[in-house]
Amino acid sequence: MAENTAKKMEISDDVAIEMIDVNKWYGDFHVLRDINLTVYRGERIVICGPSGSGKSTMIRCINRLEEHQAGKIVVDGVELTEDVTKIEEIRREVGMVFQHFNLFPHLTVLENCTLAPIWVKRMPKKEAEEIAMHFLEKVKIPEQAHKYPGQLSGGQQQRVAIARSLCMSPKIMLFDEPTSALDPEMIKEVLDVMVDLAESGMTMLVVTHEMGFARQVANRVIFMDAGQIVEQNEPEEFFTNPKSDRTKLFLSQILH
Amino acid sequence: MTEKQHKISFYRTEMLPPKPPPPATTGVLGWMRENLFSNWWNTILTFIGLYIIWLIVSNFVQFAILDAVWEGKDRNACLPKNGVEVGACWAFVRARFNQFMFGFYPVAEQWRVNLTYLVGIILLIPMLIPSVPWKRLNGILLLVAFPIFAYLMLYGAPSLNLPIVETTRWGGLLLTLVIAITGIVTSLPLGVLLALGRQSKMPVVRLVSIIFIEFWRGVPLITVLFMSSVMLPLFLPEGVTLDKVVRPLVGVALFSAAYMAEVVRGGLQAIPKGQYEGAMALGLTYWQMMRLVILPQALKMVIPGIVNTFIGLFKDTSLVSIIGLMDLLGIVQSALADAKWSTPTTAPTAYLFLALTYWFFCFGMSRYSIFMENYLHTGHKR
Repeated sequence: MAENTAKKMEISDDVAIEMIDVNKWYGDFHVLRDINLTVYRGERIVICGPSGSGKSTMIRCINRLEEHQAGKIVVDGVELTEDVTKIEEIRREVGMVFQHFNLFPHLTVLENCTLAPIWVKRMPKKEAEEIAMHFLEKVKIPEQAHKYPGQLSGGQQQRVAIARSLCMSPKIMLFDEPTSALDPEMIKEVLDVMVDLAESGMTMLVVTHEMGFARQVANRVIFMDAGQIVEQNEPEEFFTNPKSDRTKLFLSQILH
Repeated sequence: MTEKQHKISFYRTEMLPPKPPPPATTGVLGWMRENLFSNWWNTILTFIGLYIIWLIVSNFVQFAILDAVWEGKDRNACLPKNGVEVGACWAFVRARFNQFMFGFYPVAEQWRVNLTYLVGIILLIPMLIPSVPWKRLNGILLLVAFPIFAYLMLYGAPSLNLPIVETTRWGGLLLTLVIAITGIVTSLPLGVLLALGRQSKMPVVRLVSIIFIEFWRGVPLITVLFMSSVMLPLFLPEGVTLDKVVRPLVGVALFSAAYMAEVVRGGLQAIPKGQYEGAMALGLTYWQMMRLVILPQALKMVIPGIVNTFIGLFKDTSLVSIIGLMDLLGIVQSALADAKWSTPTTAPTAYLFLALTYWFFCFGMSRYSIFMENYLHTGHKR
């Protein structure tokens, strides 16, 4: 694997996301326990861990798809509270890509991409379409713009989903297992797009088990288990010299 | 154990091109062979079925067309001739046709009703055809301007030189259409709001929606109509009167709205959680999310249920004849009491006419809903 430009990118001292003592429960079940995490602008963080460890829940708290019950989350200088306008403000700045794409099946690919710019940013339709085509070219599917999501393959749909998020020019991108629902042959095309994005300097939090991707672009890998951050380190150190027994066990299971 | 070796190594040098399907399975003959005459038992059933169809259709044609009386001034035209009963007495329907259409609306003012119909149709047709542009303007004209126009035309406005025609004089198909269309147009948006209310996170909104829906669903429509015509006036303060037609109109609309709400709720529940999350993550507000992402999909999914409710509503308007309104059913039934037209076939003819009229409107709605479903079907379009 070639040493790439993404890793060498400067990471600023600007804080993009700050999570302080974040706790969350589903009923009696304690999913997130004292999460403390500071994400600097330009950082590319890969989060891994066994299923049920709370990694998805953690990043979904950042744009309030899940509500945390204790602690403090500050995104781009705005604290997440009950205040709906604050939540919407944060969601405009934070893009999210889901495991199951969540494209809108009744709209064409282009309409999927222009919907939020037109309605949320009040952008003229023509300008929104130009931006959408720009990002569809970036994810290498401009020729599919007038098709419906149901006519595309999984990998294509996921790339559209990435383009759709980018059309809102977010400052932070969250990825919730973006390749887990894809056929093996399609994983690479999505990862390639994500690598390009990382190289452009985007702040990224990626929940994934693609360890090759973690080594290639991440500047920090976080391992979670039982709702806690168990270990975090630079990727090289994390994979070659894990400190905790739980991490060692996990890595031995997934790296053959 | 045998010594025989299975050959398991194989590799393909060329990919196969696609081939057409075998010919015997396509075309009309292929279809008939497969579905009607696949074996001797199915062949017998096919012929029995054809015989039954022949019996029904030939009798119907005999009654409704061949033996029918088309012209006549009174009952003498439709009485049995030489001891043989005649067919349908269309002469009766023709003689009463104007009343069936307009009730007791003054003949001199009936052009107003016809003009309203004409404007309504002119506005409705481009709205129903998806490829016609200017849908927003069309919708505003149809849903805002047209009701005002229709009210002024039908009820009248002395300042515009249109004499007032009291709603008590409205009747026949006119009254049926007024009640049905008002019910249809108000029940859908109201039903959508109620369905959203029932799913709301705000307890008061949710509770009010549930109480409303369950109240109207738990009461028979006839009870609603009786309540509105008999009991409602008792509760209103002295001097305040609600129009005799408006009362059941409101009842029918609220009643259908409750049913509509449950149909729409079914659609909302079928939308995957990911659609809400995708919309929220993009920063859409609740109402934007509902209007642009969730409802278009949910409503499309429940088109059959929505149209079912519309059709039910259309036919249920005939219940207003019970509280003394002369809708299409009411006016036809009162016409049957006329001794001048008392013959053995008058009543069957009148009911046949009624059935065909209701069927015409309901079948139209049903066909349009099928068209819309196919048109909006984008999920798996190849």
